[in-house]
Amino acid sequence: MLYHLQYSRFNECSVLIEWPELINEDILKNILNFKNKIENSHIKHLLEVINTYSSILIIYKRAIDNVNDEILRLRDVYSGLSGLDISIDKTWHIPVCYDSEFAVDLDQFSKAKYLSNSEIIRLHSQTIYTVYFIGFLPGFLYLGGLDSKLFFDRKSTPNLSVKKGSVAIGGKQTGIYPQDSPGGWHVIGNSPIDLFNSNNKTPCFIKAGDKIQFKPISISDYNSIKESVCSSTFDLNSLLQ
Amino acid sequence: MIKVIQPGFFTSIQDKGRFGYRSNGVPVSGAMDLYSSHFANALLGNPDDCATLEITMVGPTLQLCKPTTIVISGAFMNPKLNGKPIEMNTIITVKSNDILSFGRVEKGLRCYLAIKEGFKSKVVFNSRSMYTNITSAVRLKKDDIVDYLADNQVSPSFNAHVKFNDSVLENDFLEVFKGPEFDKLSLEQKNAILNKELKVSKFNSRMAYQLLPLVENYLKPILTAPVLPGTVQLTPLGQLIVLMRDCQTTGGYPRILQLTEQSINNLSQKSTGSILKIRLKD
Repeated sequence: MLYHLQYSRFNECSVLIEWPELINEDILKNILNFKNKIENSHIKHLLEVINTYSSILIIYKRAIDNVNDEILRLRDVYSGLSGLDISIDKTWHIPVCYDSEFAVDLDQFSKAKYLSNSEIIRLHSQTIYTVYFIGFLPGFLYLGGLDSKLFFDRKSTPNLSVKKGSVAIGGKQTGIYPQDSPGGWHVIGNSPIDLFNSNNKTPCFIKAGDKIQFKPISISDYNSIKESVCSSTFDLNSLLQ
Repeated sequence: MIKVIQPGFFTSIQDKGRFGYRSNGVPVSGAMDLYSSHFANALLGNPDDCATLEITMVGPTLQLCKPTTIVISGAFMNPKLNGKPIEMNTIITVKSNDILSFGRVEKGLRCYLAIKEGFKSKVVFNSRSMYTNITSAVRLKKDDIVDYLADNQVSPSFNAHVKFNDSVLENDFLEVFKGPEFDKLSLEQKNAILNKELKVSKFNSRMAYQLLPLVENYLKPILTAPVLPGTVQLTPLGQLIVLMRDCQTTGGYPRILQLTEQSINNLSQKSTGSILKIRLKD
């Protein structure tokens, strides 16, 4: 299916393409197909393409001579999308320890939502989430699919330091902090997996379009995974089973 | 190599930026005032991806351990070689163990030191630009050492006729395109922002500049969408935030305006309290 898209100049060197402002898997597939096609269309002076829930930003190496001509070229690429080139998405099983040692906001969350801790953990870890894009911080995954029972407004005052690996809920979203960072989400667990590794040529092993599911683990499992992650002996492929 | 004797207020290694990793959430970074850093590189005949030192507000004292040539461009900070004042925007020949020092800024905010063939710090994801959790440090500190190639030849300048354009330091207006959410602004909001005197707040950094005063705002946040250096966001509290080179790759506040590339350079040279106006480009 082709959508009615809005094309506009963003600055001298970039063009923004917008889909209907929705979090929707069909839109995501369409966006990723288009992005892939643009990257393989030998467009002159193309620098990079970034996507979010409902936009693509196409960035060129230099100022665009004629924006209207460039938009026509992009429309041509879009109209040639077959809709058949769907890649096989991977599902990553991300271990998360929901123990109170890490889940600093879980008790408060449970009181505010009238849900037991174990019910929160069950709801959070039974969903298969879709990775829409990576933004905010290097390696921060924007995930869709959080159970509406777990929707919870962000804290009115953000914490100055949320620990690396923290698994948290904010508004209608859930995510994992890839590094220590200020943040206003409610922390309910921690994952020992490195989502961003600047020693790797491909720093994020998860990409837009992939799926993830959280897998509850004990503290002792957490510690042993953490140890193998730190010594670089952890096999990421084991997360696919 | 250079040895940092005093680091100054905030001195970091920056090239033209880190490209191709924004889909992993990695900011572009790079010199805040790309015009001045490019100018300094060009005068030395350097390739345009050579790393320079970005020197902010109060300059460092550096020992240059090998002979080379340098150019200093951008903000004026009273540069001296072995205690003697040296010219800006001119090729300066340096001998082994010369001491290069800078004072407090007198015009502009950020000054660029380019060196023949560039500084040779570690490349991470195609760039030497320092950024938190990407490079091992975000700024130079006392006793740091940064390598460069020795160059005994006094090379003639290929670009000696090129004159530094002072407007990057002097312009008190920013040229902007309409942002994707510009049309959602009310007439009152547009009038409060365009062609009015705005002041640079104390919240200004490589990541973002806040401009004052607050603008009354009822616009709702948007679904998280792409942003670039130069994107002007309007927050629910009415803050005007101009994103700069170290900004995140995506954001959820309405993107009401977009600075031209040259205006990002201009704003980079403004410090707390500077007054400027925003002009719509077309």
